[in-house]
Amino acid sequence: MEDLKKLYDAILTGNFKIARETTQQALAAGIDPQALVQQQMIPAMDEVGRRYEANEYFVPELLISARAMKASLELIRPLLAAKGAEPAGRVVIGTVKGDLHDIGKNLVAAMLEGAGFEVIDLGVDVSPEKFIAALNERHATLVAMSALLTTTMNSMKTTVEAIKAAGVRQKVKIMIGGAPVTQKYADEIGADGYSNNANAAVALARKLVAA
Amino acid sequence: MTSVLAQLLGPGLVITDGAWGTQLQAQGLQPGECPDGWNLTHPDRVRQVAQSYVDAGSSVILTNTFRSNRITLAGHGLADRVEEINRAGVAISRSAAGARARVFASMGPTGKMLMMGEVTEEEVFAAFAEQAAALHAADALVLETMTDLEEARIAVRAAKTTGLPVIASMVFDSGKDKDRTMMGSTPEEVAGVLAEAGADVIGANCGLGMEDYIPVAQRLRAATSLPVWIKPNAGLPELVDGHIVYRTTSAEFARLAGGLKDAGVAFVGGCCGTSPAFVRALHAALLA
Repeated sequence: MEDLKKLYDAILTGNFKIARETTQQALAAGIDPQALVQQQMIPAMDEVGRRYEANEYFVPELLISARAMKASLELIRPLLAAKGAEPAGRVVIGTVKGDLHDIGKNLVAAMLEGAGFEVIDLGVDVSPEKFIAALNERHATLVAMSALLTTTMNSMKTTVEAIKAAGVRQKVKIMIGGAPVTQKYADEIGADGYSNNANAAVALARKLVAA
Repeated sequence: MTSVLAQLLGPGLVITDGAWGTQLQAQGLQPGECPDGWNLTHPDRVRQVAQSYVDAGSSVILTNTFRSNRITLAGHGLADRVEEINRAGVAISRSAAGARARVFASMGPTGKMLMMGEVTEEEVFAAFAEQAAALHAADALVLETMTDLEEARIAVRAAKTTGLPVIASMVFDSGKDKDRTMMGSTPEEVAGVLAEAGADVIGANCGLGMEDYIPVAQRLRAATSLPVWIKPNAGLPELVDGHIVYRTTSAEFARLAGGLKDAGVAFVGGCCGTSPAFVRALHAALLA
């Protein structure tokens, strides 16, 4: 349907006004919200991801597309929730204790929201206790931790250990990222996955919640 | 060209300094502690780092003021200390440098994203203008480790209000060829926009090791008639037995730096993982 392609294009080009308008029109015309998400919006974000990997898109394009996706999802989510549909996953995200850098964390949060995850953003300098409290209160299934500094990445390790000690490790998957972080480090501290950019983080999150 | 730069830039290249953060940690700075706050609480230890670079032969040393803009300091609860921290930073480096080295004051990014609406253009301009004014006793201002060309452009305009020479240096570590900034800008775009904003020197630092910065340096050199400033990392960090290690040795770093000299780079130094030993090695390799 021609009009629905407009939603796909609006997300791909990051036009949140058109994305919102087209969504409103489609919903008013009685289009199934689930079909909008599955047939237009997620394929658009997948294409955004492909262009990012191909060096055609960079961070600004990722951000404006995620923002358009979010504008559209804000209209759709209440309808899906009313039908009993769950979000793609519930993620608790934060920059670890001692680290105040939030650009990378915000990018990942925006992309995860764009992919239909419910994101609980705890901000920066987040202690292990805060991560655990949020996990328990919000029934999250995924923890995403960020660190920019080599001096603060050790807080990821202490957070993983605290999650184990609190007895909730088996209920959640843990993913990490940030400039100094590597797959080797993720393996060493017992995280379930690592991603080196916000786009790949979405694929990783999907994989982890499906596992 | 401004007189400070003209005096420095003779036929050879100018050797700047190396990393400060790791050197301050060696002096006891704790993870998560604000290094810039040490200008007020541990000026003697900050001075030792500055002195170590002067003694190693740096002709230009920076200042411990990378985070000392109002927006970043607010995260450390130090927003009301902007002027003091910056003035102290210049005074500390100046006391170590004496007549042996020039003091270029460091200004890093705010850490907030303009396009996400986390800060406004006006707030960013005001924060950088305030910091630059507090650094006025330096010989020049270095806007370094910038990742967003728009923020860097605003920072250049703000820094220029002091009348000091301005070096504008960005991180190139993105894209499949590692030749873009985080926001996707090329060396050519960066050189064009920052020169138009009034920068006196265009540069690249952090993010990549020496080898990867040589092609970026060549492209900056070709894109502008302004002097070029390059400070690579000592390779990329690796974690070994819980400790962060940079694998590139000072000798290897200095040997590869010949490529920067051949590219016509004016200012050469090091970023993360480098030390006074790297400055001594650059001297031996490039100025001998």
